[in-house]
Amino acid sequence: MAINKNGTGYTFLFSIIMVVIVGTALAYTSLSLKPLQKKNEADKQMVDILGAIGVTTTRENAKTDFPIYVKERLSIDSDGNVLNSSSGNVDPTDSSDPFNLDVKKDYRSKKPASELSFPLYVCETEGEKVYVIPVTGSGLWGPIWGFIALKSDMNTIYGAKFDHKQETPGLGAEIKDDFFSDKFNGKQLRDSSPYFTIKKGGRDTDIHSVDGITGGTITSVGVGEMVDRTMSIYQRYFMSLTNSSAN
Amino acid sequence: MSTDNSVATPKRESLFSKKNRRLLKDPLSDSNPITIQVLGICSALAITVQLQQAVIMSLSVLFVMIGANVIVSLLRNLIPDRIRIIVQLVIIASLVIIVDEVLKAYQPDISEKLSVFVGLIITNCIIMGRLEAFALANKPGPSVFDAIGNAMGYAWVLLVVSIVREIFGSGAISLPGMGQVKFLPQDWFVSSGGLYENNNLMILPPMALVVVGIIIWIQRSRNEALIED
Repeated sequence: MAINKNGTGYTFLFSIIMVVIVGTALAYTSLSLKPLQKKNEADKQMVDILGAIGVTTTRENAKTDFPIYVKERLSIDSDGNVLNSSSGNVDPTDSSDPFNLDVKKDYRSKKPASELSFPLYVCETEGEKVYVIPVTGSGLWGPIWGFIALKSDMNTIYGAKFDHKQETPGLGAEIKDDFFSDKFNGKQLRDSSPYFTIKKGGRDTDIHSVDGITGGTITSVGVGEMVDRTMSIYQRYFMSLTNSSAN
Repeated sequence: MSTDNSVATPKRESLFSKKNRRLLKDPLSDSNPITIQVLGICSALAITVQLQQAVIMSLSVLFVMIGANVIVSLLRNLIPDRIRIIVQLVIIASLVIIVDEVLKAYQPDISEKLSVFVGLIITNCIIMGRLEAFALANKPGPSVFDAIGNAMGYAWVLLVVSIVREIFGSGAISLPGMGQVKFLPQDWFVSSGGLYENNNLMILPPMALVVVGIIIWIQRSRNEALIED
């Protein structure tokens, strides 16, 4: 029986079979590689957190270096109450470990802050107590994220580290580079929103702002927005800390 | 492909017949996808800052190109004409996603650097062009040669450009797994009293175009048949 290759029926049949085969192959690849990818992401998160406090490490050493500097991992709610705390080595299967909170997913879910919990890393480096706060937001093409390290006065920025998924190379993508994140060092947060701003054109940057990236305006605005939004949440926790130590 | 090249019967075409050799050789020089056909230029500009990125990109393209060429060639009598471009795209896209997932799992650092460009493979005109121009009309065997030839033609230009750009832009050479090797002695640099300084212009995308341009120049001055009016 000759099949009419140009018939509509054949075309449909071919497409359906192709989609089923391709779908199965992709699903299988994705599922079988997931554990390895998850591990890589966790390693990367450790590298970035350590990067924010100025410790350079590699993916391979991240697991051993992480507990040396990160003394405590907290999760707090939007009112500043501590929900969970853990320390020592990270257990990727323990869902109560604040390290495993997926802030990017929470951000995407668009749930109100009152329903979410937020991780906070209490680190110690060179005898100083440093708080590392994960931030996440939107750039021009996709998600951007990073870590902001605050000194023990909870106001001065100790260091920062940003990353992105698919910002424009050479423009927005440069938030990843040290020259951008280094500008945050030593800057201070304001007492109320906006806690921190990214300025355009490099004019009049003061202690509460840094110069954005030329040609990467939307990405820079995204960085400013995510830092400000996240700080407004963690501020309540820091407030409760200062209050309790004053008593 | 079978490996019986030495004992090929007269009826069968030998593995290294003149025709197959041409399939491998032509794209390296006289019909080079980048310098002659000017395809796949976007990725050639984007990822040639470091040698290791170029190597990984070349390998990924080689893999995708061979895979796509073989699959399309095997299906060439089955693919309905009316949706052949869609079918080709689906095949390329799935292969690229597989490459991306594998890199994410085993080479996370490189996957990060390539993140945007891996997607660029899907739209790399060279692959689509070879599927449409060659694989759809030829057997899997020659299609493999065609894929290897074109991927290599793409690769050598990429490698040359990235070597030039990395040496003059960063004073270093990087290979996958070895990291960046700064082979220039420190005291050659202006900062420590020497005469050498890295040329930041080399890092910027326009210089890739200039280097590609120089390759095209050399190539056409050696073979005047390539010069268009």
